[in-house]
Amino acid sequence: MKFTKTLMATTALTMVAGVSGAADMADEMTIVSWGGAYSKSQLKAYHEPYAEKSGVNIINDDSSAEAVAKLRAMNEAGNVTWDVVDVVAADAMRLCDEGLAMEIDADTQLADGDNGMKASEDFGELLVSDCFIPQIVYSTTFGYRTDLVGDTPPSKICDVFDLEAYPGKRSLEKRPINNMEWALLCDGVAKEDVYEVLATPEGQDKALAKLDTIKDSVVWWSAGADTPQLLADGEVIMGSTYNGRLFSVIEEQKQPVAMLWDAQVFDLDGWIIPAGLSDERKARALDYIMFATDTQRLADQAKYIAYGPARKSSAPLVSKHADLGIDMAPHMPTDPDNAKNTFLYNYEFWADYRDDIDAKFQAWLAK
Amino acid sequence: MSETTHTGPVLAADGTPLKKSLARALRVEKMRALLMIAPLLLFVMFSFIWPIGEMLFRSVDNREVGEVLPKTVAVLKDWDGTSGELPDETVYQAFTADMLVAIDAKQHTKLGRRLNFEKTGISSLFRKSGRKIKKLDLETDGPFKEALIKIDKKWGDVETWKAIQTHSVNYTNGYYLNAIDMQRTPEGVAVQSESKRIMMTLFKRTLWMSLVITGMCVLLGYPVAWILANLPARSANLLMILVLLPFWTSLLVRTSAWKVMLQQQGVINEVLVWLGLVATDDRLVIINNATGTVIAMTHILLPFMILPMYSVMQTIQPTYLRAAKSLGATNWTAFWRVYFPQSIPGIGAGSILVFILSIGYYITPEIVGGAKGVFISNRIAYHISISGNWGLAAALGAILLAAVLVLYWAYDKIVGIDNVKLG
Repeated sequence: MKFTKTLMATTALTMVAGVSGAADMADEMTIVSWGGAYSKSQLKAYHEPYAEKSGVNIINDDSSAEAVAKLRAMNEAGNVTWDVVDVVAADAMRLCDEGLAMEIDADTQLADGDNGMKASEDFGELLVSDCFIPQIVYSTTFGYRTDLVGDTPPSKICDVFDLEAYPGKRSLEKRPINNMEWALLCDGVAKEDVYEVLATPEGQDKALAKLDTIKDSVVWWSAGADTPQLLADGEVIMGSTYNGRLFSVIEEQKQPVAMLWDAQVFDLDGWIIPAGLSDERKARALDYIMFATDTQRLADQAKYIAYGPARKSSAPLVSKHADLGIDMAPHMPTDPDNAKNTFLYNYEFWADYRDDIDAKFQAWLAK
Repeated sequence: MSETTHTGPVLAADGTPLKKSLARALRVEKMRALLMIAPLLLFVMFSFIWPIGEMLFRSVDNREVGEVLPKTVAVLKDWDGTSGELPDETVYQAFTADMLVAIDAKQHTKLGRRLNFEKTGISSLFRKSGRKIKKLDLETDGPFKEALIKIDKKWGDVETWKAIQTHSVNYTNGYYLNAIDMQRTPEGVAVQSESKRIMMTLFKRTLWMSLVITGMCVLLGYPVAWILANLPARSANLLMILVLLPFWTSLLVRTSAWKVMLQQQGVINEVLVWLGLVATDDRLVIINNATGTVIAMTHILLPFMILPMYSVMQTIQPTYLRAAKSLGATNWTAFWRVYFPQSIPGIGAGSILVFILSIGYYITPEIVGGAKGVFISNRIAYHISISGNWGLAAALGAILLAAVLVLYWAYDKIVGIDNVKLG
């Protein structure tokens, strides 16, 4: 039995090796990502082992922030120069809608989990779009200055809205997403009703009215690095940002900051393959994806950055940080202790309502 | 004064009329000149005029609705949306036929995104219904009115069809209306609902703050340019490097440096608290608002003001000032009546440069502007890279361009464009 399995695995491996050695795959590929510590974690966990295995030359491009606009322009010009692009799930959905990304069949084009689970099951509900291959789960959550919040540190999301108990500035992202949900939650709306309420004009006004109560004490950020800087300088006492940023403020820079995981909002980041690639480049991109999103590779990335792997089968393999040597599991947003009260970014809702609510939110900000 | 008695045309030596002969000679000259500038002309056409023109064209282009739903658009023309009744079966059948083609080409979700700019919820309506409409058969599954409403009850909502009808024209004024806080509705042009009015506020703010920034640059730049122009060359060069040094530093670095300076726990506030001028719990708020934007942008754009002023002032003869003083003018009169009028072309050039640059700035306002210090360009950037509403972005851009041209024209009328010198 065991022998058969080994034999099958070997055959499969030889086949894969045979395919990747074949001449019908491009020997150069451009991978687009966000840059900084995040790209570095991908370089270590994915690019370097893949390049070693296949001999392909990988070119990195840090353009993910403008991926949608650029892919649109490339598509119109009829010259797509990217092979694999790292985007957040909401962007993947937009690219899929506009026909700019290729549809992926999870079960045939992605590796099975190392426990034999089919990819569609292993990723589960995180496959939020037909074109999207999830990679990491990150969360938007709050960090607070332990030395500036008094004797009882904040423990609930609604403490953000409590100016009496926690006077001082807080930083929030300059967009409606997440802020509106938190505001409604703290205005007494039940968690399961949040999006139903937010879909109505009255619900939107309600959320803005709640945000109005702290408007004068808010510093609005637009780059993920803002809140860490504001916290480190003592400019704000608490602020929202991505959990990986807070991890580096706390563990790498040793600032007096702690995490408030309550009502953290999960979001996904992953790959898409642009539509309209030539056959060789498409084969190369698919081969890379098959390799880079398998169970071990996703778990490896967590050695370099505090984001949770998107596969269920990767979670048990998450080990220690490569440089700091600390256990990474307790820093994962998906860790049971951190994930007691969570949201998953509602892609369908925001794809519909983003433009409408954003216009209202900006008008409210300008008032 | 000899009077010519000869009435016919003047002839050249070879007998052809002189006018013709001259024109021929000039044409050759012109052709040669054109050939010489041809590379530049082509470059400007292809890299500048054509792309900008194409981008501006998007502000009226709305052909995608008619391209994806040709049959539906044709039959919807006869439907009276104001009657409050749903369109009849022919519309539903045409729509199903169009959708089947569109789903095959994966165009329906794209159209859903487009129509979602006008009516919230259409994006998911097209995406979700698409999966089910795909299974319908045009021959056997009618009537489609019931079938579609069964798939999603929004197909039984008059508003959905009104939105499609209203935005089915090939060339629309909808984007321009949205850009000035109005909207295109089935009943005609209407004002945008109050809670979503933001564009005019931003346009006014952009123009006003750009004026303030230009004014600040004139006030701060003039004395510096004067000193530069009147120092001996050695020390002037040294000072010039100080002016240019920030010019060579990355924009992001300079903007972020202002954060360190201006924030409440920043350098300026710390110094003021230390001097006892400001109470520690009452620190100045000079960043993340309009003040922050004005300070940071004035600093960033200052070299664009100083350089043209400096090069104009260098050409002003110091002898004029001495002459004025020797004729009895006070220092002030000599400056105001003799020196200043000669330096106006430099102020004009600098002001135009700074004003036009600041109108289009978006990185600095985004970083230091908070909620009240952002410009219309930040909205344009949002619609280009996040919402994907390029039509609206193009309309906003076109309006901004028109505003600059109008101001340029007004400047020409008031000050005179001939009176602008870069050196």
